Amino acid sequence: MIEISGVSYRIGGARILDGINLTLPKGGISALIGPNGAGKSTLLSLIARLMPHQTGTITVDNLVVGACPNNTFARKLAILPQASDAAPLLSVRELVGFGRYPYHKGRPSAEDHAKVERALATFGLTDLAARRLDTLSGGQRQRAQVAMTYAQDTDYILLDEPLNNLDIAASRSLMRVLRDLAASQGRTIVIVLHDINYAAAYADLIVAMKGGRIVATGTPDDIVTEAVVREVFETDPKIHRIDGKVIIEV
Amino acid sequence: MLAVLLMACMAGYLTLGARGNWDFVLPFRGNKLVALVIVAVAISTATVLFQTITHNRILTPAIMGFDALYVLILTVQIYALGAQEYVRLSQSGQFIANVVLMLIAALALFGTLLSKTRNDLMRMVLTGIIIAVLLRAVTGFLQRVIDPSEYAVVQVASFARFARIEVELLAVAAVMTCSALAVTWRMRHRLDVLALGETAAINLGETPKRSMFQILVVIAVLVSVSTALVGPMGFLGLLVVSLAHLVTPTASHATLLLSAALISALTLVGGQFVLERVLGMSTPLIVVIDVIGGVVFLILLLKRKYR
Repeated sequence: MIEISGVSYRIGGARILDGINLTLPKGGISALIGPNGAGKSTLLSLIARLMPHQTGTITVDNLVVGACPNNTFARKLAILPQASDAAPLLSVRELVGFGRYPYHKGRPSAEDHAKVERALATFGLTDLAARRLDTLSGGQRQRAQVAMTYAQDTDYILLDEPLNNLDIAASRSLMRVLRDLAASQGRTIVIVLHDINYAAAYADLIVAMKGGRIVATGTPDDIVTEAVVREVFETDPKIHRIDGKVIIEV
Repeated sequence: MLAVLLMACMAGYLTLGARGNWDFVLPFRGNKLVALVIVAVAISTATVLFQTITHNRILTPAIMGFDALYVLILTVQIYALGAQEYVRLSQSGQFIANVVLMLIAALALFGTLLSKTRNDLMRMVLTGIIIAVLLRAVTGFLQRVIDPSEYAVVQVASFARFARIEVELLAVAAVMTCSALAVTWRMRHRLDVLALGETAAINLGETPKRSMFQILVVIAVLVSVSTALVGPMGFLGLLVVSLAHLVTPTASHATLLLSAALISALTLVGGQFVLERVLGMSTPLIVVIDVIGGVVFLILLLKRKYR
């Protein structure tokens, strides 16, 4: 369980997050949605201790973010940041291998190698494993990054807009892998999504944010309504329900 | 292959063109050879470390003014104490005091600079180069203010020279370099992770800020050693690390540190061998290195290959 209480964040004079109180349950996929500048990525970065937090506390299970040793935390929670530019000289296999670093500290065991191969297979990267990152397309590189995050083998996985650069096949397969991870291995996945359709289709819980505050929290059925979408995004698309699925007009 | 080449150069340096008593020649040249290797490895390692924490390929401690800082500290000491007093101090004690002062100054200056401008490479380059110029200007000013005889002492201490190497310092320098290298080698896997970028490193459980300060300490020690032994080395670091990236295109610091050290030693020992023995010592080696290194620096800047 991720518990966030009283978290605010300012950059210069601008208020990015404003008194966030939020509990994300263990297990399942939680999606953060909201317009640009709502503070989704900032919140995710604070949970993953990528930025020092200013006010409030965040705990992940029994670990207090910022107070527990960094390496312990690295085995509890992994994050895929938005637009990470990794060293271009690495091969895909080497990059994914870094996901095991919190466990082996530079001396991988046979088990670590096996987990890397499994991560490569899960994301369909086995054929590309020997290729260098700078020879890949943006989408392939993104998949390699996700595979590295997966190889870190943590209870909590945070993804900041992982569908950027991905075509529809890769997007769907990534979301399916994530849902499968949540369902079969009890991982907790927190994901920032731009496309509400993906959030509606795959998330168990949707958190809608706007202007540094949380506007609504609930299941896709509760959140993806014309009223909430109008309030959060300030636009009014039609929302259709077909075969029990929510589809939002674009 | 590099290692074999280096061995050949070392042997050539030790034996070729020697006239007179071997009992004298071998220890004399041996000392110089050891000093050259220490300097070479110290500079290549410091440069690799610096490029890793700043995430770029064009900045080196020398370009950012680390060695200028060392010379300034030296000048200030001579200015404050007077050359008489300064020369009377024991060489090793004086050297260790310099290194300690250098550590404090480097951490204060470059620690703040790097924390503030890490995400803005161009600003860091500019600030660094301006700091280097400023440090050299202050040094120059002090050198003009002091007594000519005192100036001679500064001058001896602050020019790159391989012909006269402070042999007395060799033991202390060797110990310090070896411990700095040992620390670096133990950090090699951490360096690989730090090179991935700040967020990735935090995510993998590293602490980039703390590591940066530890690495700055190592760099300051290495630069102090090499500057104390032979003086500022200009573009040597940039030149040899760029070559190392060409010869061994890898992200693994274990490989990179080794190849950079070998290339660096090869450049210094081989260059000195050719200049001293073959060409009869017409030009100081540092001039040649700076000309080539400067060109490499410009090429890297223009080709924008700085990451």
